[in-house]
Amino acid sequence: MIPAAFEYHRPTKMDDVIALLTEHGDDARVMAGGHSLIPMMKLRMADVPHLIDLQDIGGLQNISIEGQRVTLGAMVTQHELINHTALAEVAPILRETALQIADPQVRYMGTVGGNVANGDPGNDMPGLMQCLDAQINLTGPSGSRSVAARDYYEAAYMTAREDDEVLVSVSFDAPRSGYAYEKQKRKIGDYATAAAAVTITKDGGKVASASVAMTNLSDVPVWSEAACDALVGTDCNVDALAAAVAAMLGDIDPTEDNRGPVAFKRHVAGVILKRAIARAWDRA
Amino acid sequence: MTQKMHIKLTVNGEDKEFLAEPRELLIYALRENLNITGPHVGCETSHCGACTVTLNGKSVKSCTMFVAQANGAEITTIEGIGSPDSLHVLQEAFKEHHGLQCGFCTPGMITRATKLLEENPNPSEEEVRFGMAGNICRCTGYQNIVKSILAAASELNASKEAAQ
Repeated sequence: MIPAAFEYHRPTKMDDVIALLTEHGDDARVMAGGHSLIPMMKLRMADVPHLIDLQDIGGLQNISIEGQRVTLGAMVTQHELINHTALAEVAPILRETALQIADPQVRYMGTVGGNVANGDPGNDMPGLMQCLDAQINLTGPSGSRSVAARDYYEAAYMTAREDDEVLVSVSFDAPRSGYAYEKQKRKIGDYATAAAAVTITKDGGKVASASVAMTNLSDVPVWSEAACDALVGTDCNVDALAAAVAAMLGDIDPTEDNRGPVAFKRHVAGVILKRAIARAWDRA
Repeated sequence: MTQKMHIKLTVNGEDKEFLAEPRELLIYALRENLNITGPHVGCETSHCGACTVTLNGKSVKSCTMFVAQANGAEITTIEGIGSPDSLHVLQEAFKEHHGLQCGFCTPGMITRATKLLEENPNPSEEEVRFGMAGNICRCTGYQNIVKSILAAASELNASKEAAQ
């Protein structure tokens, strides 16, 4: 499994990254941890004549927490997310999710930025970012901009990021709420058959607000507003759970693959969402 | 073919310099350029962990890293962990508790386990299983692998206490 030859670039300044992207256009790709891109290059499913390694770019490795506002640099690894004490206190759903991604070795290399930017429907961070209503922060030749995670994903591997832009960080308000990331997978290291990210706030024994996003059940992550609406005002009883699941099933569009036929995936999606809601409600 | 680049690595404490194409995978650079054949090529698809090395303090699957990315890194392979005359505590424990059958996965298992015990010197059985989840044994000798790692942890803790 030898990838096609490429020119390797390891710039130290973001300006140089942008210049390389502008110069080479489609022929250039940035790489963070490489644990999605390198396998694709080895299979020759990705052809990257100019590979731009971001490891020496400063400022992309930071986890910043200011009050409730959390910003994760693109090069923060899953391993770092799991082991960051302050982050685990303010936004424990990040740790809960990262622990369910891949295996230990992959988590030392795999990054938040790569997971969010890649646009693979199997990645877990995109659904989580939609659940948290995160902003995706991009920089490019004409400056910086932010896109809501809920507007970021257009189709499998297609996102709002332009070819000459780099995803530099994600930011979100840490949810003051119950939370859960629940994932069904065939084995360690597999993508989800179905996964759900849920946050719930409680007021007077009822759901005051809820956010529900699903992973790997469409060609993009699915934030289900209808499922959120089905929960608000209820006490998360059996009927409310059933209504939320029915609403979510109206929003997903899974396809058959080696994880199972469509009917099975819809069944698993329902089971997983119920578990996630129950756990988030319990913690609210 | 693209031009070869000048690569510098520190492997098991020794400085190494050689020429390689950037696309060469780290596992092949170790095995074929440097003749360090402890890390094995198993699945070559980031699943099995037979190629695990420690790179700048991280357990890494060296089949999923270009040699260009590793340029400048400090690497430890199984060759740097013990020697036939002086086995590492983990190697002793694997020998004692039958932690290997065919032995193909063992260099990756032990290399990963050194890092696991460094980060968590007193793991539960569950933590060992979770921390070793990136390494596959096709003889399926997992019970004894877990037993070996737990035994090595007790041994390391006992000698730490004795030293105090």
